[in-house]
Amino acid sequence: MHDKTISELSRSLQSGEFSSVELTTHLLDRVESLGPQLNAFVTVTGELALEQAAKADQRRAAGDAGPLNGIPIVHKDLFCTDGVLTSCASRILDNFISPYDATVVGKLKQAGTVMLGKTNMDEFAMGSSNENSCFGPVKNPWDDSRVPGGSSGGSAAAVAARLLPGATGTDTGGSIRQPAALTGITGLKPTYGRVSRYGMVAFASSLDQAGTLTRSAEDAAMMLGTMAGFDPRDSTSAEKDVPDYRATLDDSLDGLRIGVPTEFFDDGLMPANKTAVEAAIRELEKLGAKISQIHLPNLGLSVPTYYVVAPAECSSNLSRFDGVRFGHRAEKYADLTDMYKKTRSQGFGAEVKRRIMIGTYVLSTGYYDAYYLKAQKVRQLIAADYTEAFKSVDLIAGPTTPTPAFELGAKTDDPITMYLNDIYTIGANLAGLPGMSVPCGFVDGLPVGLQIVGSHFAEARLLNVAHRYQQVTDWHTRAPEMAAGGTAST
Amino acid sequence: MTIEWETVIGLEIHAQLATRSKIFSSSSTAYGAQPNSQANLVDLGYPGVLPVLNGEAVKMAVKFGLAVNCEIARRSVFARKNYFYPDLPKGYQISQFELPVVGRGEIHITLDDGSRKRVGITRAHLEEDAGKSLHEDFEGMSGIDLNRAGTPLLEIVSEPDMRSAAEAVAYMKGMHTLVRYLEICDGNMQEGSFRCDANVSVRPKGQEELGTRTELKNLNSFRYVEKAINIEVERQIDVLESGGKVVQETRLYDSAKNETRTMRLKEEANDYRYFPDPDLLPLVISEEEIEAVRGTLPELPDQKRERFCSEYKLSDYDARVLTTSREMAAYFEAVVEASGGEPKVAANWVAGELSAALNQSGRDIGESKVSAAALAGLLKRIVDHTISGKIAKEVFAALWDGEGDADDIIEQRGLRQITDSAAIEKIIDEVIAANPGQLEQFRGGKDKLFGFFVGQVMKATQGKANPGQVNQLLKKKLA
Repeated sequence: MHDKTISELSRSLQSGEFSSVELTTHLLDRVESLGPQLNAFVTVTGELALEQAAKADQRRAAGDAGPLNGIPIVHKDLFCTDGVLTSCASRILDNFISPYDATVVGKLKQAGTVMLGKTNMDEFAMGSSNENSCFGPVKNPWDDSRVPGGSSGGSAAAVAARLLPGATGTDTGGSIRQPAALTGITGLKPTYGRVSRYGMVAFASSLDQAGTLTRSAEDAAMMLGTMAGFDPRDSTSAEKDVPDYRATLDDSLDGLRIGVPTEFFDDGLMPANKTAVEAAIRELEKLGAKISQIHLPNLGLSVPTYYVVAPAECSSNLSRFDGVRFGHRAEKYADLTDMYKKTRSQGFGAEVKRRIMIGTYVLSTGYYDAYYLKAQKVRQLIAADYTEAFKSVDLIAGPTTPTPAFELGAKTDDPITMYLNDIYTIGANLAGLPGMSVPCGFVDGLPVGLQIVGSHFAEARLLNVAHRYQQVTDWHTRAPEMAAGGTAST
Repeated sequence: MTIEWETVIGLEIHAQLATRSKIFSSSSTAYGAQPNSQANLVDLGYPGVLPVLNGEAVKMAVKFGLAVNCEIARRSVFARKNYFYPDLPKGYQISQFELPVVGRGEIHITLDDGSRKRVGITRAHLEEDAGKSLHEDFEGMSGIDLNRAGTPLLEIVSEPDMRSAAEAVAYMKGMHTLVRYLEICDGNMQEGSFRCDANVSVRPKGQEELGTRTELKNLNSFRYVEKAINIEVERQIDVLESGGKVVQETRLYDSAKNETRTMRLKEEANDYRYFPDPDLLPLVISEEEIEAVRGTLPELPDQKRERFCSEYKLSDYDARVLTTSREMAAYFEAVVEASGGEPKVAANWVAGELSAALNQSGRDIGESKVSAAALAGLLKRIVDHTISGKIAKEVFAALWDGEGDADDIIEQRGLRQITDSAAIEKIIDEVIAANPGQLEQFRGGKDKLFGFFVGQVMKATQGKANPGQVNQLLKKKLA
């Protein structure tokens, strides 16, 4: 049961092979037995899940079931879930029961999904290894001495370990694509504005986007179809129709022009990763695509640009965590200022504090022009590189990460080394473009991801390419050893 | 050597826009609700919430901009003003910084002596209001009411063109009238819908460079604005004349002591770190939208005042009084029309007796106990000499008390004016006959006694004799 994809499970539920309650019970058992070693969960909502599963079965019996009805999923703990702890993996919210559902959560609920719980993550989505959580790091199911990637590490690990077939994540600089690559699953970051941000706790408002972690492109298509769409409560959401992403999955790739940026294949890229990615690109060529070299000349500026813009926005977004209306408040304080200082010092982890300080600095008088304003201008240059590229190609392909999963603690001493993990993924966020990572091989038993980036609102095309690739390869079906553990599989 | 000092004043007015819901959320803006009953998740700055702009607030800002001949920005940007305070839930206020929706313009104000002055407007921008902090009643703690958080404000910034407290008050009054005419703000200063901060500095007359300014806050009436500015100017001159320097700071006006003092630091000396709010799109306004708003502009106070002067032949002073509010002006015009057109009489009564009655009973014109039609009925009877002006005051009081219409009251109380010359002559004869001594004195040159005879005649007729006729006939008889 747990090896099946969402689309397979959907068919099984539809045919009555098993019920949603049976499926949910099975997966909850696995979560209980295998979850702890991964530390992928903040909250397991077992009772709620079984209630939802029962309702899903009833709906199916009444003939009122859509394709996602009864499918168990998890939400990254960055999404507000009504009545359930929403911690953002931070001490400052470790007692925060959200009074409402994020739009994305509501939509998936409406579609009949069953929520098994909330997953662990880097605190406030700030990190590339899931080592910045107040609940401790998440382990990579392929090697528990290594990181799963971040910030959506919990969601990625849970899906990779076959604890559940699908999860929501968020991607601000690569936080869906990078963990997907490091755990051997399929990650999708839609175009900025494609999915509502309402209820998704804000890190960097102009970069954040909700997306999916699944084991196939088809599954991603199913989830995105439900999640996407204009939300009047989010002024930055796009008033664009949502196409039927599944309908075009099997489209031919004949004549598809794929650009491979030379800047992606620099010294930072580990040779074994390079080999796997190049092999994947050749597969796409066999499927009919035309491969060419392109240039993204300002790529080298993307990490510095991101690490000015994102902290600036987050320093402002996180000001609301002040101990006044919700969340943690220091127990003892001398006056208002003291209360603020103690609450936030106690509540925030080191990386969050670091980024708040950087952000405050780059926005301050005397530095705004040189840092924030300059970074936003450079951002336009980076985005322009992509626009230029898309004049001659339809899609951009390359590695998702420079290396496979690294060891826990390997990069925590030097933030900059950690930041450079995002070198290939950040550009898409800066330009608001959709991107995916699909498994394309292994290096010493550790997964490698192929990244594909499309032009604005080209999700259908991305999913199509990923799906066709997954029809001629089986990297995405490989499971880590630990996934075979747990209760007797069905 | 004594220096002649010049005062330089600029005003910042915060007008709460009269939209039904808040500027970025759907909560109600109604005043007076239970604390924290009109603050939803967006207002409370909960994790994950996002602002959505209220289009009505934009229309009102544009309306204001058009009324003061300001440039309307076709593209303006919302910016975050970052600082920490418990009544600011998000830890930032959504405002506008470099690109406000309304640009440069001007307003003409009328001073007490009737002269006019042009005051420049630098800009006007949209922003959200903060909540309220209440420091009493909570045993050493503070209570935060977030009902007000998110209410739309239009911040109107004037050029430092005013040169006296009186000019500042005239400007403030002019703005107050204007925003109510435009129906974008109810101007209720007690409820905080219309707030004013003054930037005050002094410099030696003739010097071009501006002196160091202080910002005066907590000025919630026209009277306080005037007093606060005056006392602050005195203070600054004292400081400078004794060789000191004016410190640039924010000061509060203490009305009880009639002095200004340094504000307890509400916010730290702040760097607000303004940057464009990434949760909101740039505000783009089309020509069509601007023209649509232009079509809703009412006759503006200045236009109405000029029309009253030319159409009704009123003095500038009378016209100003009557156009203080749109409702008052409309009432006046209704009275003129219903009474068959005697503008001067109507003006006197609306600005005089009616206004006095309204003030005394604490009512505004919309709550007048005498309708325009009722007053018109009374004025007709003055104009057609049915009653004298003096008797009319008695009738007015009766109207106010609800004793029916003018004709009813005149009838019931028998107040008709006596205009029959023969009847008046008869009474005059009786009065003269009864006062031979005074007659002799008057004829002997004591002119003052004329008033005595008039008084006696009026007494004998219970004030109902037509005064003009009495005068005319008495003159004849006494000669």
